[in-house]
Amino acid sequence: MQEEITKPRETLLDAEEMALNMGPQHPSTHGVLRVLLKLDGETVIDLDCDIGFLHRGVEKIAEQDTYAMITPYWDRLDYVAAVSGDLCYVEGVEKLLQVEVPRRAEYLRVILTELQRIASHLLWLGTHAIDIGAVTVLLYCFREREEILKIFEDFIGARLTAHAFRIGGLWWDVYPEFETRVRDFLKIIPDRITEYETLLNTNRIWLSRTVGIGVLPAEEAINLSLTGPVLRGSGVNYDVRKAQPYSAYADFDFEVPLGENGDTYDRYLIRMEEMRQSVRIIEQALDGLPEGPVMAKVPKVIKPPVGEIYHSIEAPKGELGVYLVSDGTGKPYRMRIRPPAYINLQSLKRMAIGHLVADVVAIIGTIDIVLGEVDR
Amino acid sequence: MPEILALLIAPDWVRSLTGERPPNVFWAEYIVWPLIQIVIVLFVVLTVVAYLVYFERKISAFIQARLGPMRVGPWGILQPAADGLKLLLKEDIIPIKADKLVFSIAPIISVVSTLVVLAVIPWGAAWATIANVNIGLLFVLAVSSVSVLGLVLAGWSSNSKYSLLGALRSSAQMVSYEVGMGLSIIGALIFARTLSLSGIVEAQRADGLPYFLFQPLGFLIYLISALGETNRAPFDLPEAESELVAGYHTEYSGFRWALFFMAEYTAMLVTSAVAVTVFLGGWYFPGLDWIKSNWGPNIYVLLSVAAFAGKIAVLIYAYMWFRWTWPRYRYDQLMELGWKWLIPAGLANVVLTGVWYVLALPEAQGGVFGFVKQTAGRYVPTGYGKIYFILTGFIITIPLSWALLATINRRSRDFNLHDQRQLQIKLRSERIKRNEPVAE
Repeated sequence: MQEEITKPRETLLDAEEMALNMGPQHPSTHGVLRVLLKLDGETVIDLDCDIGFLHRGVEKIAEQDTYAMITPYWDRLDYVAAVSGDLCYVEGVEKLLQVEVPRRAEYLRVILTELQRIASHLLWLGTHAIDIGAVTVLLYCFREREEILKIFEDFIGARLTAHAFRIGGLWWDVYPEFETRVRDFLKIIPDRITEYETLLNTNRIWLSRTVGIGVLPAEEAINLSLTGPVLRGSGVNYDVRKAQPYSAYADFDFEVPLGENGDTYDRYLIRMEEMRQSVRIIEQALDGLPEGPVMAKVPKVIKPPVGEIYHSIEAPKGELGVYLVSDGTGKPYRMRIRPPAYINLQSLKRMAIGHLVADVVAIIGTIDIVLGEVDR
Repeated sequence: MPEILALLIAPDWVRSLTGERPPNVFWAEYIVWPLIQIVIVLFVVLTVVAYLVYFERKISAFIQARLGPMRVGPWGILQPAADGLKLLLKEDIIPIKADKLVFSIAPIISVVSTLVVLAVIPWGAAWATIANVNIGLLFVLAVSSVSVLGLVLAGWSSNSKYSLLGALRSSAQMVSYEVGMGLSIIGALIFARTLSLSGIVEAQRADGLPYFLFQPLGFLIYLISALGETNRAPFDLPEAESELVAGYHTEYSGFRWALFFMAEYTAMLVTSAVAVTVFLGGWYFPGLDWIKSNWGPNIYVLLSVAAFAGKIAVLIYAYMWFRWTWPRYRYDQLMELGWKWLIPAGLANVVLTGVWYVLALPEAQGGVFGFVKQTAGRYVPTGYGKIYFILTGFIITIPLSWALLATINRRSRDFNLHDQRQLQIKLRSERIKRNEPVAE
């Protein structure tokens, strides 16, 4: 495939097609993605993704570690949404162990995961905007993301790779000011989201750069098994939080925003609305936060019974899943990760062909990939 | 020859410094004095350019809720000096596969072509102008368009695909935006009836109003084209960081890169200076004549320079404001804006302004209203004439051109986003149903 792209072919008027190597050190491939483009002028006629520059073999490492030792690797998969990664794994192990997690722990998990979703979407918005040329939005987004990271730092001790959850619940209860800190944040964030929207929503340049770019019809999105905002942007109503409610999501009332046209602009609108819905979920969770313990009774050495499970959650990027096979020992026989960013990235080729180089950058941004998760 | 020498003549106060009669009149007036002027202008402009970078960083910082450079000197005011020193001391890298000669010459072409323009800019009244060339405006347009050659050569000689794409984009962009820029000025020339930059300022002084009031559409087109011409956001495609890494100067580093940077900011200064001269009344502001008769000619000249600098500063602030607020256009959209909107609008502006002007002439010259009177060899609009030109400019020219362009561009891809969107989706899903490849 790659050879096919790099081999130039003569076209009309004796013009040569050009192979352009974008990445892995390119400023807007969101990490170390390498995209090989075949260009006719500036129009993309073919492309291929080259991934694996950040491959660490997490799935293989997991086979040599105990269940508790694996959790930190999940922080480093999607490192801008570490809490969501943790939630997926610990819930998977709990399902395998058949442990009932205390209600308070589940509510706190929902609060932290939704905060992480807002933080991840903010980072996405900033980088997506910078890809399209609006630099200032990034700084505004980081201002709000900083507040979330401070809340994490005071509770978990880490800002980025927040190792938030333990198998069975939380390691410790939240600090006393946690609730007021989160509520203070919830007070400012809706206005700030509106602020970003006034910058971008009706901006003519933003519209002409996003509307009709990277259109993905619903059936095509389903065929590519996309998930998350990329799928919902095409109008398919699939959100793991609603489809198979995990943790305490069944208790909360929220909406799943859907797009109509499946273009970059719709995916942008959806993520903006998802942030608002996350605010709603956190408010409900804080209002109904039960008292009680935050840790279930879990043995010191975790040895799940023989069996296998698949568990998935709605991470900011899409359906993040874990498939665990236990052979009864302290280490998993096999751990398989379903990384949403990796699977969503497969749609890049379908979306980008026929557009210009500038749109490829916008489309990579709209898929919202994190190379830690793509390469694992 | 005497005409050319007359351009360079020194003002009275300089002559008074050298006593009754200087030892050699020719040398003092035609060689030494112009050199002093050139040195002063170069020194001031290059310092201003260095500080423009500083202000760009500060303004972007305030727009983005941060502080900007704060470490070098109080409020970071020595930052330009530190930057310049660092760039001078950097290793000078020329890629192995680059065409070394062209690679070295390209930034010099860029810088020199923008600096040469500074010679004809009327920085202020009387002796503050280095050379009052009678085709000044033409000279500015002609020389500043040479700078695109520097970019093209830089992109080509770097032997890198990103540089090449950046250079191609910049050449196409600058060539097309120059047309719009030239057309936008013609409307003002109808009123000024001279190409000399000082003459245009004098004409606005005589007419009593800056020409952006008579030429609102022309001013608008000029501002947008100037952004495109100087490669500033939202038209900074040649160096679009998110797509082309750094465009035509991807392979440059150290002082060669700094030369490109300098060229960009000088070009910004020059286009703003031309905008100020042609549309905002140049160095003139109301009350300047009173100052001349009461406070003496030298204060008058200095104040005129200050007024010119102030007007430039307003425009440059606007440039920076745009850059840090708006996303970037895509290449084809940029071309569309240039060719489908700015150039037709510029043509419409020329035609409509001509019609209004002819109608305003006295009946003896074939006009109708007689709003323009011939006094002391030039045509000056009367009081009613000023109101007439302002009203026609704002109320008829702009809406009429808009309606005209909207009709022409009704089926254009980016004008009607909604229809465009539906069409694309329909075509795509039909292709999928027919099991065809989805590529457009």
